[in-house]
Amino acid sequence: MSIATVFEIALAAVVLGLAIWTIAVPETYSATVGFVAYGLLVALIWVRLDAVDVALTEAAIGGGLGGVVLLGAAARLRDAEATAAERPDRSTRLIAAILSASIAAALAFAILILPDYAPTLAPAVVANAGATGMANPVTNVLMAFRGLDTMLEKVVLLLAVVGVWSLASDRAWGGRPGPRHEADPNGVLAFLARLLPPAGIVVGIYMLWTGADHPGGAFQGGAVLASMWLLVIMAGLADTPPVSSRWLRFILVAGPCLFLVVGLGGLCFGAAFLAYPVAFAKPLILGIEVAMILTIAATLALLLAGAPERNT
Amino acid sequence: MMATPSALATTTADLLLVLLIVVPVAGVLLAFALGDRYVRRVAFTVIPVGLAISGGVLLALPQNDGHLVYLLGAWPPPLGVALRADGLSAVMLAATAIVVCAVAIFAAADFRLAAGYGRAPFAFWILLLAVWAALNTIFVGGDLFTLYVALELLTFAAVPLVSLEGRAETLQAALRYLLFALVGSVLYLMGTALLYGLYGTLDIVLLSHRVSAEPGALIAAALMTTGLLAKTALFPLHLWLPPAHAGAPAAASAILSGLVVKGSFFILLRVWFNVLPGVPGFAAAQFLAALGAGAIVVGSIVALRQQRLKLLVAYSTMAQIGYLFLLFPLALDASGRLETGQALAGGLIQAISHAAAKAAMFLAVGSIYAGLGHDRITGIRGAARALPLSVMTFGLAGFALMGIQPSGASLAKELLLQETARTGQWWWAGVLQVGGMFTAAYVVLVLAHALSPSDQPVALVAKPPRGSGLAALALALCSLLLGLLPWEPYLPITYTVESKLFGDEALVKFLVTVFGGAALAILLSPWPHPLAFSAAGKTIMQLIAPLRRTCIGLGSLVETGDGVLRQWSTASISLLLVALLLAALMFAAN
Repeated sequence: MSIATVFEIALAAVVLGLAIWTIAVPETYSATVGFVAYGLLVALIWVRLDAVDVALTEAAIGGGLGGVVLLGAAARLRDAEATAAERPDRSTRLIAAILSASIAAALAFAILILPDYAPTLAPAVVANAGATGMANPVTNVLMAFRGLDTMLEKVVLLLAVVGVWSLASDRAWGGRPGPRHEADPNGVLAFLARLLPPAGIVVGIYMLWTGADHPGGAFQGGAVLASMWLLVIMAGLADTPPVSSRWLRFILVAGPCLFLVVGLGGLCFGAAFLAYPVAFAKPLILGIEVAMILTIAATLALLLAGAPERNT
Repeated sequence: MMATPSALATTTADLLLVLLIVVPVAGVLLAFALGDRYVRRVAFTVIPVGLAISGGVLLALPQNDGHLVYLLGAWPPPLGVALRADGLSAVMLAATAIVVCAVAIFAAADFRLAAGYGRAPFAFWILLLAVWAALNTIFVGGDLFTLYVALELLTFAAVPLVSLEGRAETLQAALRYLLFALVGSVLYLMGTALLYGLYGTLDIVLLSHRVSAEPGALIAAALMTTGLLAKTALFPLHLWLPPAHAGAPAAASAILSGLVVKGSFFILLRVWFNVLPGVPGFAAAQFLAALGAGAIVVGSIVALRQQRLKLLVAYSTMAQIGYLFLLFPLALDASGRLETGQALAGGLIQAISHAAAKAAMFLAVGSIYAGLGHDRITGIRGAARALPLSVMTFGLAGFALMGIQPSGASLAKELLLQETARTGQWWWAGVLQVGGMFTAAYVVLVLAHALSPSDQPVALVAKPPRGSGLAALALALCSLLLGLLPWEPYLPITYTVESKLFGDEALVKFLVTVFGGAALAILLSPWPHPLAFSAAGKTIMQLIAPLRRTCIGLGSLVETGDGVLRQWSTASISLLLVALLLAALMFAAN
């Protein structure tokens, strides 16, 4: 048994243990912490499976931004938790556990009996990489072969923003999302909010740029940028922009809009909708990704900031 | 596996498939960017264009041998994604476009930009266009993952519609809907991933050639089906539907009840009939229809016990969704394979008929609510005189739903009844008949209250705008006349519709349904009946009092059971149970 195998077995055991602990622990806060740790470790599993793109996304969303949302919710729920005695009784929990375990077993069975050399499109993706001039197969799938799915996913993100904003009271509509944050200007948060963003922005942009040929891309880079922006907001160094602001609305639709325009351009200058003319494929895709990273960063940050709450 | 765009010539008609998605999506983006003041204007620019495109597909399809295909980015599957339209897509596209148009006209007055309060109009118009984009993608998506993305789009567009009014209970309803729908998404996605692992493609046509009834495919089918059932709110997974559909504003309820649940239902049809027709087998199909029968009985009985009109209509949706699932066992051929035939056509016509009728019903109820300031069923006496247009719309939509000639529901019922005879599954014929009668019951109940005269003149809180009322009426009429349309170019129908609109047989059927419904309404509704106010009515009521007490007792039992099933923990357990049972039944059949 090699060191790598031992590490993998230990990792799997810890992830399973964390998952069970997250479900079993009664306090919301502890469960949240467990879930965040779980997300980060699952990202490690993805690395071991050579799916670095997935790992980056899992770490950024499952561990990072998702964790912030959940921790915020847990903090709000802490006062209400004592009164909410809606915990199902023992037999219900037992039945649920048995049924869930059966489903998990069925899933495990289905995955174990998958053919050893699973039919895959990976070689076809690699063989057709020439059409875009990019070497990262994930980027090629997202931006070229399955462009429509990627564009529609960005519209889903926009709808999530609409959904969060629609929770505002009528009076606060058009105002700034979330509470105003005030932190000690000489405290550690403000210090970090001054120190980290310059480096974080560079990392985010690097992730976008390197995504053409190596793991990375607009989503992962966008998540890093979003966290930098949120850090500055939470430290009270900047306020969230009002949702009626024209430039904010423009940034939120820039990614899918440019994607749509380039796609329609494919009708006139390329072979079909969402087809890139071979000579311009790489610059066009990079252009879309630049717009996309801004859209994703703004969207993720605003999803965390919440509904408009105040008009000042 | 290189792309060979030249081999697959694309015609202008094929391009319509792209526009079906691009136009409403562009509307969403534009409306969002331009902001509050222009949202409605963008919607009213996009909607006629979208309607024209859907009409174009309907016209172009017969000229293209019933198939349109578009390869996105000119990449052929399995590497790329294809959009495909067949007859099923074409009729669903057209129905969706018409319902969206009517609802938009209805909502034009509701979601006008009042001074300062831009939130609800902003969200409503964007979400309306987004629902449309999602549904169009579902109807023409040729790839299981594209369908997943469309499903997500649909969910994220539908959930905020529920809580548009911002009250605490609608927020709770929206959250329940969101959480349950997301569980459904995850189950569907897991099944999709398994299919990719097994066959190396997500394209529906390629999959249909490669799929066989092996264990992995059976588990995938069970997971995907369960996920889609949760999103369609088939009994017993309906916990989110009544509060969500009853709590939303009228126009939003019409969209949610008429269109949104049909999205996941359509994907289920695609999965069962196009992706793996040979996999589910006899037992699983019977199981789905049995759940459907349960939905009809429980949904209808609980609907009859509601005090609020909107909740009654919401529970009626739950029952009608059950009706749609009766098509599955009727589509089985002798070897247990699902065949694209008359049962599928009947089910789809039922879905379309319900889309138009239920949307009209919710709009009419919305007008009654706005006019009277409440929607208590026992308090709507005299409404027919005060709000004739709305009550008439409700009545016509109700007639269309219960399957009066020449409604779409009556054609659908005929088609399905023929299939029960052909396949020898007489038990579903009984359910089909009882279903129509139950529908008649709650329609007659509401009409009896609304048509009975009031002691004092009804004071209207607000007068509903005429345009809104006419839009709803048009939808009800659409549904009522659907049976007269030529469906043959689009759907596999072998049954010839004879013109027996006014024959004795049609009259007998009408009377049986209506009187059967009235009897059910008297026996099962616990509230005082308008009938009981006349002398003759009182004697009848006294005669049947013991029977009525028993029935109401039974009804209250069913309502309690429904309450238990709609608890979060019970519903989650039901979900897991349905998944396991489906898998077990599929394994047993293969």
